[in-house]
Amino acid sequence: MKIEKLKTDVLIIGGGTAGCYAALTIKRQAPELKVIIAEKANIIRSGCLAAGVNALNAYITPGHTPQFYADYALNDAHGIARKDLLLSMSERLNGVTADLEKLGLVILKDENGDYVTRGNRNIKINGENIKPILANAVTNKPGITVINRLNIRDLILKDGRVTGAYGNSVREEKLYFISSRAVLVATGGAAGLYKPNNPGESRHKMWYCPFNTGAGYAMGIRAGAEMTTLEMRFIALRCKDTIAPTGTLAQGVNAKQINSLGEVYENKYGLTTSQRVWGTVNENANGRGPCYLKTEGITAHQAEDLEKAYLNMAPSQTLKWVARGKNAASENVEIEGTEPYVVGGHTASGYWVDGDRKTTLKGLWAAGDVAGGCPQKYVTGALAEGEIAAKSIVGAIKGKEKIPEIPLNLITAFAAEAQARLDPAEKGEAELLEKKMQQVMDSYAGGIETNYAFTTDSLKTADEKIKALELDYKSAGAADMQDLTHLFEVGERLTVCRALIAHLNSRRETRWHCFDENASYPDRDDDNFRCFINSKYENGEFKIIKRPLV
Amino acid sequence: MSIRINEKCTGCGRCEAVCPGTLIEMKNKRAQIKYPSDCWGCASCLKECRFGAIEFYLAPDIGGNGTYMQVKKEGKYLAWLFYRDGRKIREIKVDSTSSNKY
Repeated sequence: MKIEKLKTDVLIIGGGTAGCYAALTIKRQAPELKVIIAEKANIIRSGCLAAGVNALNAYITPGHTPQFYADYALNDAHGIARKDLLLSMSERLNGVTADLEKLGLVILKDENGDYVTRGNRNIKINGENIKPILANAVTNKPGITVINRLNIRDLILKDGRVTGAYGNSVREEKLYFISSRAVLVATGGAAGLYKPNNPGESRHKMWYCPFNTGAGYAMGIRAGAEMTTLEMRFIALRCKDTIAPTGTLAQGVNAKQINSLGEVYENKYGLTTSQRVWGTVNENANGRGPCYLKTEGITAHQAEDLEKAYLNMAPSQTLKWVARGKNAASENVEIEGTEPYVVGGHTASGYWVDGDRKTTLKGLWAAGDVAGGCPQKYVTGALAEGEIAAKSIVGAIKGKEKIPEIPLNLITAFAAEAQARLDPAEKGEAELLEKKMQQVMDSYAGGIETNYAFTTDSLKTADEKIKALELDYKSAGAADMQDLTHLFEVGERLTVCRALIAHLNSRRETRWHCFDENASYPDRDDDNFRCFINSKYENGEFKIIKRPLV
Repeated sequence: MSIRINEKCTGCGRCEAVCPGTLIEMKNKRAQIKYPSDCWGCASCLKECRFGAIEFYLAPDIGGNGTYMQVKKEGKYLAWLFYRDGRKIREIKVDSTSSNKY
């Protein structure tokens, strides 16, 4: 097993939206600082934006203010979000958008040269190449080193301070130990905790990037960082089978949600993100399914444009139309809810941070989907948080202390663990553990099987079974380095599952239907739960901390 | 499962380099899909392939009707080609310099 030790001023874990933009900001602010981006895939197409995106969903359109966006996000979260974080993000949305355009993103403009809006908060783009644009802005730039196919396993801590991180190559028998003066965690959220919509061959045909496996949350939890609002899970309303976006239909051609009787049902349940899913679940449960977005009757020209729009972000949907000899004008698009995810770019789940996106651990910042308290970030919000964190990091480390040394015992311990787990005969253990974990979460922690509902008792069962799987995980082996990575990913998700169960069990109300559908406490309880549910992992258990709304 | 690799593969390795799931590996100078059911369907590999060697389809569990697609770069256009029974049934060109309308 090869060992590579590296030193840098700033280590960025995850070369996605927030990570790339943070690196770019650091280079602009302090070109003398050295940055390493540790990327599990290849930065050119890694993470959520691999296929592209067809709109910027967080933008302050003419006639609106950053406060308008912050208020919208707070309302959508039914009051549980950080006003300070929402506002500081919202104030930067248009600045980062202008920068994206300079970097090469195509944004639709009208005859006056103004961006064309979609609803009150969106602008239209050609986002097929948005990830290569961001990647090219930081690749081969002086002072920035991108290490692809490096899976970061855990943070390095010294006297309660984060002083770097370590991990493994996904392809070679090689381990990396990186020490740094500051660490930014920007890994993305957690997919694959629950059994997916299509558990067979197409199990990864999911809403969120299936390669975002919760590493960023897990490493923080294990290191004792305070986390917030994990119980606000995210469930996306998607096109049936292809799990392609529905916002393009709802906002782009004003398609309404209808049941099998042709009745528009969305107004009955409310229009927040969670209510749109809840309405669909209810209509199905009450014998009025399947549910659709009513696209029949749009023009042929609109249907053709939709085919192109989907090719730029979720090409499976266009393939499905063409394969069936149909399009959005000739048939309504069936919709369904996905399995639940933990993802702070859409909900308020993640690290408890201050205004600078500093976590509760010294030396560690968080941005994008792992940073909590600030929902509805989308692409531009993740960029904004990357910028805020980067500026704070530059201010914090400029001219200060040396880069710390890597503790030797850590190197020996990780090398020994990797070696012990590697065994060519053991292929498949990661997959078995993953399947079992997803089954447990689906059945007992509010998955698709139970229409997202759980009870106090079912959570108890879930926790017992996940703990048992953690024991199986301890002794599990892997055939090669990639298999080992998959095994570590299962380990991360088991940690996130336990934290999630603790959070679900602590908010004893139902504020967000489906997202947190507590059948033991089916009503909203403002007297006791207009607050944040935070947690800290201590001695193998989760300590729950209630914090007042900020 | 979303992609398969046909006999046109030259082993150039561009798809292996870009896959966000590290799902493709080179074996005997050809690309092979190491974890077929782990594909997200992002089509990154499809856009990299210069030889028409990668076919993107929908597996039976989500209903593909035997149809698959490929992508060709033609100047500023991405041309998406749709095939069934070895025959091209449709082509959709997307202009990369102009935006979506939705």
